[in-house]
Formats: sequence, structure tokens, C-alpha cells
Amino acid sequence: MSEIEVLADQSDVGQKGTVVRSHVIKKILKNPMGLIAVGILTLVVLLAILANVLAPFDPNFANIGKTLANPDSTNLLGTDSVGRDVWSRLVFGARTTLLSALLCAAVAVGIGLPAGLIAGYYAGKFDGVANWVVNILMALPGIIVLLTVRAAFGPSVWISMVAFGILLSPGYFRLTRTAVQSVRNELYVDAARVAGLSDASIIARHIFSVVRAPIIIQTAIVCGVAISIQSGLEFLGLGDPTVATWGVMLSEGFKNVYLNPTLLLWPALAIGLTIGALVLLGNAVRDALEDAEKIKPAKRGSVAALNSRTAPGRTQNEAVAAGTEHHLVKVSHLGVGYPQADGSVKKVVDDVSFHVDRGEVLGIVGESGSGKSQTAFSILGLLPEAARIVGGSIQFDGKYTVAPTDDSVSQSRLSEFRGKRISYIPQEPMSNLDPAFTIGHQLVTPMVRVLKISKSEAKKRALKLLDDVGIRFPEKTFNAYPHEVSGGMAQRVLIAGAISCEPDLIIADEPTTALDVTVQADVLDLIRDLQKSLNVGVILVTHNFGVVADLCDRVAVMQDGRMVEEGDVREILRNPQDPYTQKLLGSMLEGKEPMTMLVSAGASAGGADNEKEAGL
Amino acid sequence: MVTFILRKLAAGVVVLAAISFLTYFLLYFSSANIARNILGEFASQEQVAAKEIELGLDQALLPRFFAWAGHALTGDLGTSWFTSEPVARALMTRLPVTLTVVIVSIIFIAIIATALGMAAAVKRGWIDKAVQSAAVIGDAIPSFVMAIILVTVFAIQLKLFPATSSISPDSGSAAWIASLALPVLAIVINGVTSAAQQIRSAVIKQLEKDYVRTLRSRGISEREILFKHVLRSAAPAGLTVLSLQFIGMLGGVVIIEQIFALPGMGALAVQSTTMGDIPLVMGVVLYTVVIVIIVNLLVDLINGWLNPKVRVS
Repeated sequence: MSEIEVLADQSDVGQKGTVVRSHVIKKILKNPMGLIAVGILTLVVLLAILANVLAPFDPNFANIGKTLANPDSTNLLGTDSVGRDVWSRLVFGARTTLLSALLCAAVAVGIGLPAGLIAGYYAGKFDGVANWVVNILMALPGIIVLLTVRAAFGPSVWISMVAFGILLSPGYFRLTRTAVQSVRNELYVDAARVAGLSDASIIARHIFSVVRAPIIIQTAIVCGVAISIQSGLEFLGLGDPTVATWGVMLSEGFKNVYLNPTLLLWPALAIGLTIGALVLLGNAVRDALEDAEKIKPAKRGSVAALNSRTAPGRTQNEAVAAGTEHHLVKVSHLGVGYPQADGSVKKVVDDVSFHVDRGEVLGIVGESGSGKSQTAFSILGLLPEAARIVGGSIQFDGKYTVAPTDDSVSQSRLSEFRGKRISYIPQEPMSNLDPAFTIGHQLVTPMVRVLKISKSEAKKRALKLLDDVGIRFPEKTFNAYPHEVSGGMAQRVLIAGAISCEPDLIIADEPTTALDVTVQADVLDLIRDLQKSLNVGVILVTHNFGVVADLCDRVAVMQDGRMVEEGDVREILRNPQDPYTQKLLGSMLEGKEPMTMLVSAGASAGGADNEKEAGL
Repeated sequence: MVTFILRKLAAGVVVLAAISFLTYFLLYFSSANIARNILGEFASQEQVAAKEIELGLDQALLPRFFAWAGHALTGDLGTSWFTSEPVARALMTRLPVTLTVVIVSIIFIAIIATALGMAAAVKRGWIDKAVQSAAVIGDAIPSFVMAIILVTVFAIQLKLFPATSSISPDSGSAAWIASLALPVLAIVINGVTSAAQQIRSAVIKQLEKDYVRTLRSRGISEREILFKHVLRSAAPAGLTVLSLQFIGMLGGVVIIEQIFALPGMGALAVQSTTMGDIPLVMGVVLYTVVIVIIVNLLVDLINGWLNPKVRVS
């Protein structure tokens, strides 16, 4: 039944691009599930190899005088309905079963892998034909095909397994093809090509190493499926009656289920354990390749203990530090960390303090990895699930959203503000709109939910907002899907969304980084104009001092999770105190024109027009 | 939209023709002793030769295939060589049984797997671990082995369900449901966990998307994000898994039907292939492939409806 699912699995195992190394094997054996799997499979392989030694009887030797016997010293597991030794048949059955699974996998790999390599590497006509064949193969229900093959070629396990191998080859084909396609245009493959390596050696050296791991995982799954199908066919009585297999034993047991149900037990157990071990092995290989640096969310308690923040979080009515109530946002000694697998906590934000007032623009500037986005997301309460607050507090309009003892952002407290008084402009415009809904829908819904206005009212406001952010044909954009507009337009839409519920604070995370240079200036102008006219507070996260100089009143400079300097923009631009700020400024201004601030008003207006034209 | 459907249908017809020919080609090699098998060992050489001419076995592959295909195009699938029952009628009496088992199973799988997969993706923790471990067990035990276990335990030992079932119009709906319970259960147990796992990873993939964070920042509730946005975007992946399971089930149900003695297409498929009853085998293959094509078309249409990008192209 599950034979076809194997074909669906490729999305999971494909494109991992990881090379199997010896430490992977070590990791598999360290994983208890992996160890169990390897143990069971080793046992089954040993049974199969040593069948002649381990089995006291020939699998087909029938002792007519002793049928359906219970286990005794001669017949360890008893005898079946014609007096054949169950243990001997089980052991020889392991041999047939394993060999047929291997044959099936070998055929599938033998066809799928080379075809996938060629189709992925050369594309073209072969790719088209191969895909067509694959679609046909995938539309075939396995057992029906195998029944037909049996009708044509007679009851042979081996022929069925060759046929089934062909049916399963699309799994390998797709896997290899996607992996190769993703690597083919990588720089190092180009480099190898330029260096004069032949196609064959590029495939062997660079591409084969990429598909090796997914192939191993797929093979474990395919072997399991082959065993299941093969036993199924034998169970139907379509196999070769002279060969002892687990499926034949199942069928024999099922016929005698009223007389001796234990006859069913052994082959069912053997099939279940072997396939289970293969599944576990596949999972263990995948985990070993995947986990490495994966962060496991540690228990709340352990992190709390680490930071001696053991007291339960207090309520939002808690008194706020005196003299700071008038700040719109106040971040005090904030620390954000990620618990690691070994129990330690990796701090990405450490002891960061700043505040923003109404009508003020604060820039947070730093390189990637400096913790600036993490800081912004803690204010929004949108940190990844694994993240923990390891120190400090955040207040919004005098109320704690992160109290001094909390280890995570309180979603219930933040939901009172988020979307209503705090809003967000993301970095990458296209990926931040849901592709399945129209732009209008994505603007209207938050207004209906937050402002509790009717849909038609919300639509009216949405059209006005689109007009406000400089979109020329609001009605057309309102009805468009995200993939139908340009990146610059999408960013305007997101800005419209950010101001739609009349927030007090806008957090903009690198709002221009993903845009074309000409569009960047327009979007910055737009943010500045809106900020002035709405008199909102803005936190602008950026790596670009040009943007800071253009837009911000104050700036906070971050490096490696710490804040190295904070103050008035002009002050810091003119006279940076910290050597890191000096370096950052130096690297930006040295030997080139300052970027955004010198773009003339005329040029930027022209840019806006072009951009709108291009979008529609 | 109409051209989209027409294109898919045209592709389906090509696939159907290719598979029909392939099957006919394979069966051609098995037809050497058919006439003798039909008439029995006491028939004379002349009788056998006359039968071969009657069945068209004296002709070459291509004329035989085109003769069959010509009749098939007019809706005539011929009669069984062994029972003389018209193939179309044999199939139409069996098909509803098979389709009932498969469709009921896939509906259960879809509902349970979606619930489990989403719960595992959102809540993580124990429910996630439970789904993952159950998936290993579901994968490890083939559906027919599960069916044998269920029959042995619930029908033979505990006598809670009928061991063999008969679905006929006059047996009443209670008996009908009782005889469906175990086969459907066996299929569902085998399929549901792996489907749940696929849906889980699809939901997690969507939850990590940027637009989900932006929706949260807009003050949209977690529930609305999950059920309206995430589920919709994860649906194509889930549908693909379910359609592949459906195709797999059309084959797997053959064995299940044998175990429960269900009068579906399975028995027909096994009988006709072991005996070499070519018209009947062709009928089974044809019907199966048509069902597969319809299912794939439906999945394509739903995906198009779910994803505006696909709809446009």
C-alpha cells in the first residue's frame, strides 16, 4: 500500500547536499533508534547468510506425521500444516526476502540514478522524455502491474522484483535530478568546468557526493517497501510455491488461523521488525545528517536556572521604573539567548538598553549577526520559538511586555499592542505577503480585526492607504495577488499595512535592503514622510549608515549582541567614540560617495514613476 | 481553466493509451496456452485451434491490440474468456465495493492525518513525538499484515466483527458498516501516520515563512493564521501525499479484499491475471488507470484553486 508514498518522500530527503562521512556513521550508532535498527538488520543478515548452518531442516522438508506441532526440541518454533519446520523456513525466508529487497533496490537505483544524473545535468530532450516516463510509472498502481507481470512471465520472485524496481525508480530519478539541478549551477561546479574537468569527472567528484546521502535514505525505504510488496504477492499465492518466504508462511498461517494462530506470529514479526528497522535506519541517517547544529529548545526551567530568573513572571500592572513612564518604548539590559543541545545558552543579544519616544526615529545599526534584528523582534514579541529572554525588560508605553523576571515575551500582554499600537515593516517584501490571498484581502483583514470596522469601510481605507503610499492604481493593486506586483510595490503595500491601524510605533527591519537602489530612495522618503505626518515613533534596523544619516534622530550601534554606542545621529556621525563605530563609518564613507542622502529629489521622483510603471 | 482541464485530459488519454499498449504487449507473451487452459486437457487439437481463431490468438500483436482498442473505444470491453461474463458488467459490480473501501479510508486518513499533523507541528512536545513514533510503526507493518492481525484479534479471537464480509445491497447498512470496519481500519492505520508526518512537515515549513511573522505582527490571531493561511498553503503538499496514497491503495486493497473476502476488484484482478484472462485483465487495468487519471486531475484542479500562481499559468 505504501509503495507509492516512497515517491512522495523525495521532497524530504532531496537537496540536502550533505556528504556522508564517517562521523555520520558514529552518530547513527549513538542514536538509540539507529543502534536498534543496525542491530536488527545485522541479525537478519546473519540469519540469511548462515541459513544452511542455523536451519536444522531443508525449508521444504515435510514430516507428514508431525503437522501443526507445538514448539519442541527438534522443531524450535513448531511445524506447519504439512509438517515443515517453522524455524528453518523462517531462516531461509530471511534469505529470499533480503535478496529480493536488494534486487529491487538495485534495479531502482540502477535505472533511477543514472537517468536522474543525465536529466539533471544535461536537461534538454532527455529530461523531457524521462519526466514523461516517470509520470506514467507513478500513475501505475504497483500490485496491479505486478499481477500483470506475473501473468506474462510466471511466478518468479526475481522477475517481480525487477519489475517492482522499475516501478520504484522514479523515486531515485526525481531525487537525483533535483539534487543535481541545485548543484549544477553552483560556483564550484562552474569552477571545475572552467578548470577543464570533463563532465564525467565533475559528476563523479562533485555531484555524486551530493546525492549519496539521500540515496542511502531512499534505499532503506525502498527495501522496506519491496519486502512488504513481495510478501503481499506471496501471501496472495502468486509466488513460487517451492521457495520458502515470509509471505508464503503468512498465507499458510492465515489458512490455519483457527487451528494454530502462532503460525502467523513469526512471519508477521519478522516482516514488521525488518521493515521497521529499515525505516528507523533511514530516519537515523537523516537525523545524523540534519541535526549537527540544530538547536533543541531546552526546558524552561534549565534556562531559568542558568540565569537565576526563577521567579514566575509578574503581571503587567507591575510598577515601572520611576521617571521612564513617558518613553514610548524602553528596553533595559535586554538579553536574548538560544539554548543549545549541550545545555548552555548562546547569547545573541546581551545587556542592550535604549528608548524611543513618540515622533522619534531610532536607528539600530550593525553588521549581520550583531543582534539588531533579534532586539527588534523581542519588542514585537516575534522571536523564534527556541529563543529565550535571558535578562532585562521591555516596556511599551509604561507597561511591561517583558517583565524583569520573564524568560520569554508574554504573548498575551503583547497581543494587546501588536498590530494595534506596534507595527512592523519587514525586510523582504515578496516573502512577507501570503501568495494565496489578494493584496486587498491582506490589508482589509487586520483592519477588520483590530479596528473592528466593517469590510466595506476597511476597503475604503485600504484604497486610501494604497494611494497614500504612492501606488498609482490602488484599485488594480487591491485586487492583485502578490506575485503580480513588483518588489517595490509589495514593500509599499507592506508599509501601507504597517500604518493601517494607526500605530504609535513602527519597527522597520532593513526595509530597503531587498530593493533596487532606485526604489530604495523612494521607500525611505515614504517612511520619512509618513513618520512626520503621523508623528509615530520608528525603530529602523539597518546595516547602512547612509540610511541612518538620512532618516534617524538617534542611533544605537550594535556589535556581537552588545550595544557599543548610542546617541544623537549628528553627534555620532561627526565624532564617533567607539572604535567599532569609527571602523563602520570608515568602511562606508571611505573613498566613495555617501549613498542615499545625496540622491536628489528629482531623481527619486523619477524613480518612483518608473517603478510604478514597471509594476503595472 | 477550460484549456487547463482539456490539456490534462489529453495527457491522460495519452497515458491511458500507452499503458494499455504496454499491458497488452506484456500479456501477449502469456497467451500461448490460453485456449488449451480454457477448454481443458481433454479437448482435441482441432478444438484448441478453433478456439484460438475464435479468440483471435492466431493473429499478431498489433492487429490484436488494435482490434481490442477499437472495441474499447466504443465502450465494448469484450467478455471474459473463462466465464463469458461481459467485462464491463463484471467490473461495474465489483468497482463500487473497492471504491467504497478506498474512498472511506482516504477520507478518514485525510481528516485524522490533518488533525494529527497540525497538532504535532503547532504543539510539538509529546504529541509530536507520538506522531513520529507511530509513523515508524505504521510504515513498518504493511496494511495486509495489519489486516491479518486485526482479523485474528478482533474477528477470530474476540468475535467483535465478521471475519469475512459480504457487501450486497440487501444485507443492510449495519452489516455493511460492520464488514467495512476492519478493512478500512487496516488501511487507515497503515496510511495515516505517514500522511500525518508529511502534513506536519508541510505545516512547519509554512509556519517558518516570513509572511506568517508579518501576519502575527498585524494582530491576526494565531487560530486565524493557522486555519486560514498556513493550512491553505500546506494543503497542496498534503493533497499530493493523499493522492499518492490513493493510487497505492488501489493496488494494496487487492490483498485486503482477499483477506476479508470482499467482492471487489481485487479478486477479479488476481483471478484474471493468474488465468491469463486477457480481456478481464485489460478491463481491470483500464478502469484503474482511469480512476488514477481522474484523481490526479482533481488534485490538479484543487491545487489550482488553492494557489493563484498555478491558476494563472
